[in-house]
Amino acid sequence: MIPDQPIAQAIALILAQAVVLLCVSPAIVGLINKVKARLQCRQGAGILQPYADLKKLFRKQPVLSTTTTWIFTATPYIVFASTVTAGLLIPVFASQMPLNFAGNIIAFVYLLALGRFFLILAGLDSGSSFGGMGSSREAIVASLTEPAMIMAIFAIALTAGSTNLSTIVHRTALLEGIATDPSAHLMALSAVFIVVLAETGRVPVDNPATHLELTMIHEAMVLEYSGRYLALLEWASAIKLLVFLTLIANVFAPWGIATSFTPMALSVGLAVYLIKVAGLALLIGTIECMFAKLRLFRVTDLLGVAFILALLGLLFFYMLRG
Amino acid sequence: MAILFFLMVASYAAGLLLPLCCPARPKIQNLVAHGSAAFGSLGGIGLGIVGLFGPDPLTMSVPSALPLLTFAVRLDALSSFFLLTISLIGLAASIYAVGYVTAWYGHISIALLGSLYNGFLLTMTLVTLADDGFFFLIAWELMSLVSYFLVVTEHEKADVRHAGLFYLIMTHVGTAFIILTFLLLFEGSGSFSFDAFRHPEQPLPDGIRTTVFVLALVGFGTKAGVVPLHVWLPYAHPAAPSHISALMSGVMIKTAIYALLRVYFDFFGGQFPWWWGFVVLVVGAVSALLGVMYALMEHDLKSLLAYHSVENIGIILLGIGAGMIFHSYGLDELAVLGVIAGLYHTINHAVFKALLFFGAGSLLYATHTRNMEEYGGLLRRMPWTGACFLIGAVSIAALPPTNGFVSEWLVFQSLFMSYQIPSLAMKLMLPIAAAMLALTGVLAMTCFAKAFGISFLALPRTSHAKHAQEVPWTMRIAMGVLSAVCLALGLAPMLAVPIIDRVAASMIGSSIADKMLALDGWALAPVNVEFSSLSTPALGLVLAATAALGLGLVACCGGTFPRRYSKTWACGLNLTSRMEYSAAGFVQPIKRVFSTIYQPTVKLETEFLEESRYFAKRRRFEFHIAPVFQTYFYDPVIAFMSGLADRMRIVQGGSLHLYLAYMFVTLVVLLLAAL
Repeated sequence: MIPDQPIAQAIALILAQAVVLLCVSPAIVGLINKVKARLQCRQGAGILQPYADLKKLFRKQPVLSTTTTWIFTATPYIVFASTVTAGLLIPVFASQMPLNFAGNIIAFVYLLALGRFFLILAGLDSGSSFGGMGSSREAIVASLTEPAMIMAIFAIALTAGSTNLSTIVHRTALLEGIATDPSAHLMALSAVFIVVLAETGRVPVDNPATHLELTMIHEAMVLEYSGRYLALLEWASAIKLLVFLTLIANVFAPWGIATSFTPMALSVGLAVYLIKVAGLALLIGTIECMFAKLRLFRVTDLLGVAFILALLGLLFFYMLRG
Repeated sequence: MAILFFLMVASYAAGLLLPLCCPARPKIQNLVAHGSAAFGSLGGIGLGIVGLFGPDPLTMSVPSALPLLTFAVRLDALSSFFLLTISLIGLAASIYAVGYVTAWYGHISIALLGSLYNGFLLTMTLVTLADDGFFFLIAWELMSLVSYFLVVTEHEKADVRHAGLFYLIMTHVGTAFIILTFLLLFEGSGSFSFDAFRHPEQPLPDGIRTTVFVLALVGFGTKAGVVPLHVWLPYAHPAAPSHISALMSGVMIKTAIYALLRVYFDFFGGQFPWWWGFVVLVVGAVSALLGVMYALMEHDLKSLLAYHSVENIGIILLGIGAGMIFHSYGLDELAVLGVIAGLYHTINHAVFKALLFFGAGSLLYATHTRNMEEYGGLLRRMPWTGACFLIGAVSIAALPPTNGFVSEWLVFQSLFMSYQIPSLAMKLMLPIAAAMLALTGVLAMTCFAKAFGISFLALPRTSHAKHAQEVPWTMRIAMGVLSAVCLALGLAPMLAVPIIDRVAASMIGSSIADKMLALDGWALAPVNVEFSSLSTPALGLVLAATAALGLGLVACCGGTFPRRYSKTWACGLNLTSRMEYSAAGFVQPIKRVFSTIYQPTVKLETEFLEESRYFAKRRRFEFHIAPVFQTYFYDPVIAFMSGLADRMRIVQGGSLHLYLAYMFVTLVVLLLAAL
């Protein structure tokens, strides 16, 4: 569970992972936008555009609503902190993360829920109908994704004999205890993929590019934010996207990740990781171009499918293993 | 130890009698009653700590003049744990009450309220300490009666009287089942002492044991408020004064959990088939999910909290049910884990539910309404209450790093451990219960985002909310203390878990304290260290560090720009509170998605302008959710009972001669029977 390593190395690894998450995440958003633009026969902004946006937002004077309370100004920090902390529980380029002991998949899900709780409060705090609408919709989408998410990861956890993400990834990467039949994995993978689309607010559940009151969810909650507060929230949502892509990439296909701490293994691990998440970003960009956003009350069916898939994954696991 | 016991009982007794003898100055009565209660609670806390760490259980017994009845008390680990929980909440409630009852000076008798309050604490304490079936029943019945009188404190209101009557009937139906439980146990042992229940002369046959299991589950389940026996709870708990609601929701319903553990693990020595545990698990899962679902639709803040008690009792039963299943398969270490999870959630729920009821009481004190739709913007006006309520809300929503998260996490782990059970059905059923718990958790998060967001944030919706003021300092201190306990139980589970492990080990006989703690106690690792681990101190530290990173980033790149304040954009109009999302609007999508459960009925009436039907003058919108349990479960029972009562009126002729004749006939029959 806890790799034997000197404390300095552990802290260095944690910091390195935080730096990777912080630095790579805007590029992933930029990449998805670029893919969408190209598929729509547009030139589109450069992949590095989100960095420029963040820089600009940080340097703008923030405008706060007179109705808001300290909850509104504290929320960006809480969302940022909970997202980054959740990101540190999952291995990115090295499979043995020092923070593995701090929490398992349940802690991961509930940390993200902490950020969501405050974001919902902030949406209500501004007093306008848009914020409340976004909060209310976010709540229902979250209610339907979390059970599916927990069931899907549990099916994987059983194969690896652990619910701690780092242990799952490490064992899968070393091909320990892998089931001979991958059907349980495939079921869980498709469930998690649907969950990720919903959790990160992508088409067909939410459209990150819209500001139309009838359709927006995440954007409605953060509508009243500006300046540095908006910058933190945008950054946090990019990190959340990257963390979920990492979850898919490393839990279901961890091969290539550094299983030891040699410089060679670490650099290969980082390179493979970047290729994997870039590939997933391409996939998401393509999906966003191919599908229309679902009506809010049709999302239920989609997430119901995710839950059933996860349940089938669990059933297959027990059936095939006896 | 005996000294502490007498100190506690004497303080409560003083609090019971002294206010009634005091001069009619409400302030003095208030201080005397709640001061004695606070002393009694301190004694209870001391007694609980001594009982938890003491080597042997304390026993005392006083024979009585009545046959079969002995006033026997016994303080073992299980009793001590519940005694500690009750006394802790009792202490906070006593401090809170000093400020809270000032609103009633001159309206109702403070002496009576304070006296009953002490009686309530005393009877609850005795329920956990009783070591004799008869004595237990007397304490239980007194607890129910005293709490009934407390519920109808504001008896001039019709709905309070109705709530009280409903509670009185339901609690007595429950008591009837409990009496049957004890009578069946008495059959086997020939004595009412708990010791005889533990070691009966001849073992009970399986049929009787199963009957006892069902009777106890129904009887105590009524008090605990499990679905479908929960209907009284959302009526009775909100009707009582808020510090009483906190005690009823926080700890009184836990006495039923205590009694269930006592019967199943102590009297039966843990000898039961797997399906007992499964029944408890199903009852827990259904209560948790339906409890939170009905809570979401509730806009009376105190009723909402009462429904959450149903939910949390469900979560506690999920842990205990999983423990029972593991125990019946001989997986004792996992059984201890399940019971630890249930007990940890018991104390956590007591703390945050009392805190939230105190918060709701403060809002009631400040605004004179319980309807959330009339609150709004209260965080600016009541910053302390708001901050404490937020901590309670985060805890009950089980968000890290608070106490609710730790115990819910433990429940999850014990459900996930199901892969070690040999039976395939159980292997699948426990993860499904975990998925239901996940849904419950996220719905609870939604519900408290609604409760806090609608009550405390944005603009005040009424003048009540606009002119609200912060509550007296005693009330704030009580809330502050409980908030601190919430955080402490969340951030330092390594201190609490070994103690709770002693309680669970005393029932099951195998201790897992050393297996629960990894890394010198900095991480919790339920039984199998490879399978899962959690360290809330580390999570708290990383959260603080990353929040500091966020602050640092802001400071480096542009944090120097001053903030500008402006009105929220409301499409060119002036923002009014009518533009805000209401509580009903917030949960509308959930109502629609889960409409099979709610079966909502919506009524929309529109009055149009005479000139044109394109312009509405007035709109009236009503929605109700179907009271399923009331319609299909309670109403038939009540109809049957009152029908029966009508038939029985034939014998009740009202003539004195007839009654004398009844007595004569009865006497003759009895004499003949005696011959």
